[in-house]
Amino acid sequence: MTTPTKTKAAPLAELKGDLAVLKEKFGDAVQPAEYEGVVIANDVLVEAARFIRDELGYRYLSSVTAVDYIQEGYFEVVYHAYRLEGGGPLVFKARTPRDVATVPSLVSVWPGADFQEREAWDLMGIRFAGHPNLKRILLWEGFHGHPLRKDWKEPYYEEEHKPFSSRWPSGHHVRAEDRVFWHDNVQYPLDWDPDQVEDTSDELLYIGMGQFARAETGELVEPKSLRTERLVVNMGPQHPSTHGVFRMVVTLDGETIVRLEPVMGYLHRNHEKIGERNMYLQNMPYTDRLDYICSMSNNLGYAIAVEKLLGIKPPERAEYLRVIMAEFTRIVNHLWAIGFLLNDLGAFFTPALYAIEERELILDLFEEASGSRMMCNYMRFGGVAHDVSDDWIARAKELVYNRLPRAIEELDRYLTHNELIKARCQGVGVLPPDLAVAYSTAGPVLRASGVPYDVRRAEPYSIYDRFDFDVAVRYNGDVYDRYLIRIDEMWQSLRILRQALDQIPKGEIQAGKKQYMIRVPAGQAYGRVENPKGELGFYIVSDGSPNPYRYHIRAPSFINLTALNEMCKGHKVADVVVILGSIDIVLGEVDR
Amino acid sequence: MDELRDLNTMPVPSELSNNVFVTTIDRFVSYIYNWGRKRSVWPMMFGLACCAIEMICAAASRFDIARFGSELMRPSPRQADLMIVSGTVTKKMVPQIVRLYNQMPEPKYVISMGACATGGGPFKEGYNVVSGIDKFIPVDVYVPGCPPRPEALLQGLLKLYEKIERQSVRAVPWYQRGESEAIPVPILGPDLIDPRRLPEIRARLAELRARQGASTETSS
Repeated sequence: MTTPTKTKAAPLAELKGDLAVLKEKFGDAVQPAEYEGVVIANDVLVEAARFIRDELGYRYLSSVTAVDYIQEGYFEVVYHAYRLEGGGPLVFKARTPRDVATVPSLVSVWPGADFQEREAWDLMGIRFAGHPNLKRILLWEGFHGHPLRKDWKEPYYEEEHKPFSSRWPSGHHVRAEDRVFWHDNVQYPLDWDPDQVEDTSDELLYIGMGQFARAETGELVEPKSLRTERLVVNMGPQHPSTHGVFRMVVTLDGETIVRLEPVMGYLHRNHEKIGERNMYLQNMPYTDRLDYICSMSNNLGYAIAVEKLLGIKPPERAEYLRVIMAEFTRIVNHLWAIGFLLNDLGAFFTPALYAIEERELILDLFEEASGSRMMCNYMRFGGVAHDVSDDWIARAKELVYNRLPRAIEELDRYLTHNELIKARCQGVGVLPPDLAVAYSTAGPVLRASGVPYDVRRAEPYSIYDRFDFDVAVRYNGDVYDRYLIRIDEMWQSLRILRQALDQIPKGEIQAGKKQYMIRVPAGQAYGRVENPKGELGFYIVSDGSPNPYRYHIRAPSFINLTALNEMCKGHKVADVVVILGSIDIVLGEVDR
Repeated sequence: MDELRDLNTMPVPSELSNNVFVTTIDRFVSYIYNWGRKRSVWPMMFGLACCAIEMICAAASRFDIARFGSELMRPSPRQADLMIVSGTVTKKMVPQIVRLYNQMPEPKYVISMGACATGGGPFKEGYNVVSGIDKFIPVDVYVPGCPPRPEALLQGLLKLYEKIERQSVRAVPWYQRGESEAIPVPILGPDLIDPRRLPEIRARLAELRARQGASTETSS
């Protein structure tokens, strides 16, 4: 077995700007880190986080993730915080030795860290001291090991990195089942007794919610001190309203929601572990399958993150094509979201049919450009995969100038002032702006709560700084505003599309020549884009090899769910369906 | 009627040849019965991943699964004839899928839609991914693609019609004596456990322990 190597650069010599202020305040507890940011000592982490939030003004915690530096023998937890006025991140890190694996939790400072810390515990095995509900989130309670640790091997483990030598250059494919000891995608620890098989994952979940306790006989009983009329209802994972395999454990008092616990992981497809085995380019088609409605803009996020490390920029035409595809994707997504929000309201399938009709026309364009309707796999590092014809541009213009405005107008006319929609949506699922920021929500959910934060404006990427568009914002933070903001955003996307389609120049679509195996210089990069569902971020750590050392996805759907409990409290059980629909989640991205 | 006439084994007088046909009861009943039900296969409203989106598109106006009589997606397994396993089957989800399958009334059919449901697909190497739903429940039609286009799903549905057409009322398992057995629901332990494989797991674990013990003895 080869242990992964890690070539670390020397720490930054001097700290500038806010990092220097931080250093001045906390002295030796703040040390410069390699590549970017600072390392904060664990004993002052919570205090420093509060200082960063309140004094330095980085109120929005975008991403929390962990990296396993097995060679150096420690875990590093990486935080990216942003100012709502825009600008770059403040990156700070916490370290803990691998055998200790404990850092203080920041949930008390940013409630939005909740799910992300649970994810780090689940996949990396780092305990967050003081976390109110530190349970596994993607896998089930009782799963053996923490898969993203570098020394944890999956059952079908073959080699650390692709291309596997058994397959390339001269090998051939062997069925994984024939190759491994268990003849299946499973492995059991040696000390496990198969006669004691018992599925306790659900019981542990209920006990964790304080709803049940285990009696001496082994049965689940309601704790005596908590004898109430409350009812626990499971919605999902097979439920027509959950937009996939999502599960909510709802505690009801009559029909009113007292508490809602989202349970996810039913579509946890191990993106990050597979991504760390893959070469950089091999990850591109996997990003399609994250948020499978918006494959184009997922591609863009990943390409931007890797381009940051590579230090290259795509040619003009490719930049325009990227923007065109990303904005078309936004329209596709919002049409879909509105259609299915109406589905959740009970207007069964008819509005969705109208939305899907327009979506199909855009998918035709995608198919012609990339070769695939849904999984486009279109972006490359430093460009795009294929050029488009003049005819394509003409048809895209026809859509943008004639067809789509009429379709959006139609949706707007039929739905916006519909009495039933108003009655069901207005004042339901309200998320006040301060909570929306605290919970790290992003995208339409954040902007419908009155926070005009859009990555395209706050930290422009690609060529978004050239276009004239407004950041849509609504102020009530209820389901109705989250619906309206999607209509607004589609109009803004059309504005951008008109400009981009009119201005697109001729020329190259790829910087340099196409490469299968790129070598990325050692470093760390956080690339983020404004996906239709919110801020999609890719955190990539490169050790200079053809494979990413760490590949983390900050998924907007996942983090937006942190606020679900807050939005649903006090509403009726029928409203849960609508509130969930208004957040617009895609399970491929929630569970990854 | 042509295919029924082919079954004819008795000579029919020429003046009657357009008026009667001779067949076996089984084939006649099967023909009518299968003809009736093959055009109203109701799928379960059950989406797992990306393929579910294409399944919805197949149900929408452009591809219109209603042309084939399968537009009534039932949210409850009790009312469904067909389970379209549309997407990656994860270990955490597979107990629910098996439970849903067990809850469907017979006759029931399964279409495995897409690469993931068929064999794990691009995510096969993942630690939480089941290498194909057919490791747990019987599959009638596999539809390749990642994801399959809506047309491919419709083609899969037509293949299922062909399969239904060929079934004999006398031979199908759900009209035999006795109850059909439910599939044991997998258990989430330290990893996914298939109860049917428990004896094998026990034996292999013992083998692994013995091997481990031997290696520690030789090293010490």
